[in-house]
Amino acid sequence: MSTTYFTKEHEWVRVEGDEGTVGITDYAQKALGDVVFVDLPDAGTEVETGGEIATIESVKAASEIYAPLGGSVSAVNDALNDAPEKVNEDPEGEGWILKMTLSDTAELDSLMDADAYRAYLDTLE
Amino acid sequence: MRYLPQTDADRSAMLAAIGVDSVDELYRDVPRAARLTRPLDLPGHAGEVKVERDLQALAARNVPAGSVPCFLGAGAYRHHLPAALDHLIQRGEFLTAYTPYQPEVSQGTLQTLFEFQTQVALLTGMEVANASLYDAASACAEAALMAARLTRRNRIVVSGALHPQYRSVTETHAHYVDLTVEAGKPNPWQAEDLTGEPDKDTACVIVQYPDFFGRLDDFTALAEACHAAGALLVVAVPEPVALGAVQSPGDMGADIVVGEGQPLGNPLAFGGPGLGLFATRKKFVRQMPGRVPGQTVDEDGRRGYVLTLSTREQHIRREKATSNICTNSGLCALGFSIHVSLLGEAGLQRLAAINHARAVRTADALDGLEDVNVLNESFFNEFAVSLPRPAAEVVETLAGMDVLGGVPVSRFIRGDPQLDHVMLVAATETTTDDDLTALTVALKEAV
Amino acid sequence: MSETTLTGNRGLQQEEPLLFEQGHPGHSGVDLPEPEPVAERLGGVKRQRDIGLPGLSEPQVVRHYTRLSHMNYAIDSGFYPLGSCTMKYNPRLNEKMARLPGFADIHPFQPESTVQGALELVDLTARWLKTLTGFDGVAMSPAAGAHGELCGLMCIRAALEARGDARKTVLVPESAHGTNPASAHFCGYKVRSIPANARGRVDLEALKGALDDSVAALMLTNPNTCGLFEDEILEIAQAAHDAGALFYCDGANFNAIMGRVRPADLGIDCMHLNLHKTFSTPHGGGGPGSGPVVMTQELANHAPLPWVTEGADGFRLLEHAGDTGSDGAPLGRIKGFHGQVGVFVRALAYMMSLGRDGLEQAAEDAVLNANYLLEGLKDDLSPSYEGPCMHEVLFDDRFLKDTGLTTLDIAKGLLDEGFHPMTMYFPLVVHGAMLTEPTETETRETLDQFMETVKGLADRARAGETAALSEAPRLTPRRRLDETSAARNPVLRWTPPEDQA
Repeated sequence: MSTTYFTKEHEWVRVEGDEGTVGITDYAQKALGDVVFVDLPDAGTEVETGGEIATIESVKAASEIYAPLGGSVSAVNDALNDAPEKVNEDPEGEGWILKMTLSDTAELDSLMDADAYRAYLDTLE
Repeated sequence: MRYLPQTDADRSAMLAAIGVDSVDELYRDVPRAARLTRPLDLPGHAGEVKVERDLQALAARNVPAGSVPCFLGAGAYRHHLPAALDHLIQRGEFLTAYTPYQPEVSQGTLQTLFEFQTQVALLTGMEVANASLYDAASACAEAALMAARLTRRNRIVVSGALHPQYRSVTETHAHYVDLTVEAGKPNPWQAEDLTGEPDKDTACVIVQYPDFFGRLDDFTALAEACHAAGALLVVAVPEPVALGAVQSPGDMGADIVVGEGQPLGNPLAFGGPGLGLFATRKKFVRQMPGRVPGQTVDEDGRRGYVLTLSTREQHIRREKATSNICTNSGLCALGFSIHVSLLGEAGLQRLAAINHARAVRTADALDGLEDVNVLNESFFNEFAVSLPRPAAEVVETLAGMDVLGGVPVSRFIRGDPQLDHVMLVAATETTTDDDLTALTVALKEAV
Repeated sequence: MSETTLTGNRGLQQEEPLLFEQGHPGHSGVDLPEPEPVAERLGGVKRQRDIGLPGLSEPQVVRHYTRLSHMNYAIDSGFYPLGSCTMKYNPRLNEKMARLPGFADIHPFQPESTVQGALELVDLTARWLKTLTGFDGVAMSPAAGAHGELCGLMCIRAALEARGDARKTVLVPESAHGTNPASAHFCGYKVRSIPANARGRVDLEALKGALDDSVAALMLTNPNTCGLFEDEILEIAQAAHDAGALFYCDGANFNAIMGRVRPADLGIDCMHLNLHKTFSTPHGGGGPGSGPVVMTQELANHAPLPWVTEGADGFRLLEHAGDTGSDGAPLGRIKGFHGQVGVFVRALAYMMSLGRDGLEQAAEDAVLNANYLLEGLKDDLSPSYEGPCMHEVLFDDRFLKDTGLTTLDIAKGLLDEGFHPMTMYFPLVVHGAMLTEPTETETRETLDQFMETVKGLADRARAGETAALSEAPRLTPRRRLDETSAARNPVLRWTPPEDQA
């Protein structure tokens, strides 16, 4: 059983137990444009909530990915090295960025669920 | 004034169109207290005749290297520049173009830089190269910073036979970003072994090839030692013509090769502008400093070139950029590329062979002089000699006899009585038998 | 789709393959004699295999580069209104002077006695720059503007450390060139951004709020990147100094004020000059440049080596810290050799040609031309700020609202019309920026034709004739290039066919 949460930085995290899979939302990939490179961290990297864990680059911009929750990186999506376009094509599926072992699942309460994120997007229109 | 096309009538009409009485009104945002109220203490405008006369008078107070026997090197080398080269460089389409940010109307610059990158990669034996940095010294510093980013380490090990100016520039840059530079002692009498140096804190080891004293060494074992410790090997090449005669640093396992491109296609110009060469492995390219054109296609499917990987650069990444560099040495890179194109494979290899042969002849001639000893076993076109008197004095005496005989090591390294007696001597394809005779005759007298 | 021909050429637009796709092995464009036979002393590292270069004759090489040159826009061929770049005419006298053997053919390590003219040239160039800006000192070795920024900040850090007041932060406005924050970072400083006010200038109150005892320097461009003179600059300088910070000015826009305003009189401590912008040395497709940094005496004591000084026995080149006198505390060396001397020759030839009066006239004409564009285009484009402007004028993309077109489309439309576009999408403080700098070397007729063209493109955009713009350029050597695939799969060099995967 997994639940997906969202951040105001337009990232999603899908949580199963103490493992979270992190990516960017469809809104974010559209705003970025064609993704040309994803700078992935090394597995084992420790990160605090809100810390920079990856960088996504389009032709004319580079955007940081911030850890939605604290923990350590357990896996990265190596497929993005050869096919960064997956982030555009399937941001919430094959375009996932990394998995992390969460240090404190209680922090999840600070994130938005899908409905709250949709409502948040409406405020940005 | 010949460079200003507006007439007074134009100016009046334009002021009227803008709706102001005088140009002073356009400067009204300048605080009154800061406006100049008197003319600056500078001469007024001058025609070509006067400017030429004044600058020629200054130029005449220098001794051009080509007007006397010249054996100077130490990072700047005098080669013959083909006539076609300067003609092409001065084409306004190359000379007066800006950075190729509009690729549709900049394919000339972009393709020549793409070709330049290919030539540099081939010569250095590396996978990729950028479109140039300022000079070898600043490229060396950039390599150290890049190695520190890639390895997330902060110890930079520098060979004692790295050009002292490359070392000094690297130290300056390293200081401001908290990297530690550990430099070996310059010693032209003894070979250096750095294979024990790389450790778990070492970002890179920087060596020079040919080294500051002109020696050639095989860095394969050092590259292996670096890689075993997780460090990078940076090789600095002061004279790219050498690469026509010797194995490339890439073949020895170098991770970053930097170099001075001036000797190919560019005049000495008292040392500036230079041309910083920078080549590395493809997997490191996103940490490489400087602009880089890449190949792509246009909307009609035709091959073309664009500046790419721009997200590394300061105009996008600002304080997170891989370097603060913006302007590079584009026109000098074009000169390099044209010279290499004219030479071609056969020409460059032959030019290198001639340089080496001239240097061997020069070394043999100097070794035959009493009290003069060539210190090198190996060299390309430059070597170190020890003299019975301080080299700085000898060089002055030689200059008094209209011979630019060499560069005293004390110009760079002071306070070492032994090194004070060492002089670097370089020969190139421009060195004639008469030059060599003049040097030996003068040197006999000077020592 | 453009019209096709059998060759792919279109009249004078001729296609040209890569060097590596031409020539024959063994061929060369340079005739060199057989090397004399000697006992080789290459120490066991003799090259074992070919480099992989092609072999071309001289006519092939000349034609290759001549054809490629035809694919370039250049200031010699047309109007180049790139804001913040000062693309003025590059006089040919400069080139002729730089090629005098007494300048081009001198080695950097010749004895001082044989290069007195070159050292005097450096000193004379320095004197012109100091007089024009009102400063006591200048560091001549920086190779470009960004290099000058780094040099200036290093001098600031050294001076503050000498005061016993090391600090950690540099304040940079949002509108700054990207090199400013990057240079601050490579000088070991944290960067903090300060906002602009509605008039396109530094928000003085916000600045005062940001100035505390952690701030080492304020880094400001003036005239600023919105094309405006910072009219509160004296107060800005005062506030910075009151807080114990130093004031760095990015001098990229000095062309607007030379001969009329001395930056030292504005309370600035240190400023780089781009000789390849203000002083007419050619951009060469990206460089080389030269970025001397004028500065106060306190900072100049820390200027990097080498220094040129004049003494009783002539000019001297000081290459060691120990030679720089009791106040000298140079921060080290930031470049090999002695600076971009070949560029100094060109800049000096320019300054001597225009002189005191001509430089001032050039600045005034540059400002006049920019204001003429502002006035002529204000109803058709959307100026971001009220005038008068300095030597460049900033428009944004409000005039394209609801057209479906962007600043980029206007730029590409200009290419088809034979103009180089203005600087696009910089500064970042307005949306869809078009920073337009005509310089003083354009005729009124050129400016009029440019304005008519821009107005025509804007009219088409508003009339819904968008295809001509969104599909532009159609008439250039290449049409829009696929930058996405270039960045996703970087091909940064030619590879021999047999090595290609």
